[in-house]
Amino acid sequence: MPNTGASTVHELSIAQSIVEGVLETAERERAEKVLRVRLKIGRFAGVVADSLHFCYEMAVAETIMEGSVLEITELPLIIHCSPCDADRILEGIQLMACPVCGTLSGDLRQGRELEIESIEIESPESVAASNDTGDAHGSSHRRNS
Amino acid sequence: MEARIVEIRKGVLKKNDLLAAELRQRFQQARVFVVNLVSSPGTGKTTFLERTLRDLRGQSLRVAALVGDLETDNDARRLAASGAPARQINTHGYCHLEAEMVSTHLEGWNLSEFDYLFIENVGNLVCPANYDLGEHQRVAFLSVTEGEDKPLKYPKMFNSADLAVITKWDLAEACEFQLDEAVKNLHAVRPDLAVLKVSAKRGFGMEEWMRWLAAAREKMQKPETVVP
Repeated sequence: MPNTGASTVHELSIAQSIVEGVLETAERERAEKVLRVRLKIGRFAGVVADSLHFCYEMAVAETIMEGSVLEITELPLIIHCSPCDADRILEGIQLMACPVCGTLSGDLRQGRELEIESIEIESPESVAASNDTGDAHGSSHRRNS
Repeated sequence: MEARIVEIRKGVLKKNDLLAAELRQRFQQARVFVVNLVSSPGTGKTTFLERTLRDLRGQSLRVAALVGDLETDNDARRLAASGAPARQINTHGYCHLEAEMVSTHLEGWNLSEFDYLFIENVGNLVCPANYDLGEHQRVAFLSVTEGEDKPLKYPKMFNSADLAVITKWDLAEACEFQLDEAVKNLHAVRPDLAVLKVSAKRGFGMEEWMRWLAAAREKMQKPETVVP
């Protein structure tokens, strides 16, 4: 296990925030089940993917998210190098230097993300259809299937 | 039943970020300068803060402190001995402070009665980096007993700091601490990061820290310059 107890607690509170954020949208969309959650995590988000997967399982228990797949896309650090006037992708996270010219840069353009990108949900067809026509309150057309 | 994809594009910690933004606005209105102190356990944050509170009070400045720990109120009692109002936040297992904990523990305090508010975070170089507390400045600590490569081991935390303070400077020689190496590593993860050396026990470096604080506070209080 790469994690200390402390960092597992940290990922647990992140997992709980994910569940809160997803449920808010899922309920608004009248989802009956959440199948998949897509998450973007920057290398500087300070989140360990393995640990987050583990905590996610616990956090989704007994919700409509139970059994859903957590799909994580990890984003590398990108700094802006002013001498080169270019954005540069960094391999690691321990040296904020342009890989081409070597200049140090504090201008971070990507890497702090910790974002729910999208979710895949299952909802009664009529709800999806009424949402498509912009009628968010079409509950009277709802068919329990 | 139909499966479909719904775009969300929302920060996971949006709730904390919104609350932190509210806090920052409150701090700004009350004209209180807020510093978030982060480090691994045992770098001497509390000793440093005790001294800071005493020294600022000595300059007739009004100071207060919040201190986060998993358990015990030992640190709040130590800080309160300086005469400054100090409150303990017990996180009971949480490895970091969140904006909501700060907000709750400010209840009953009139913020405009303070010039400075210090928030000593839970000793941990990983988790507190994610949580904005509405502070104006974040100060990361590194003690000479820890080793010069700490910034490389915890790049995210040191990258998020506005100032690095190297503590226990009175032990630097005994520890054969390589300052150049430490500064090089700090700058590798955060180019241009300001670095101070202190010994809170001996008082070394405290004047420079006081100057840094005063300058940072002055900058906060200046109305934003409008570019024509």
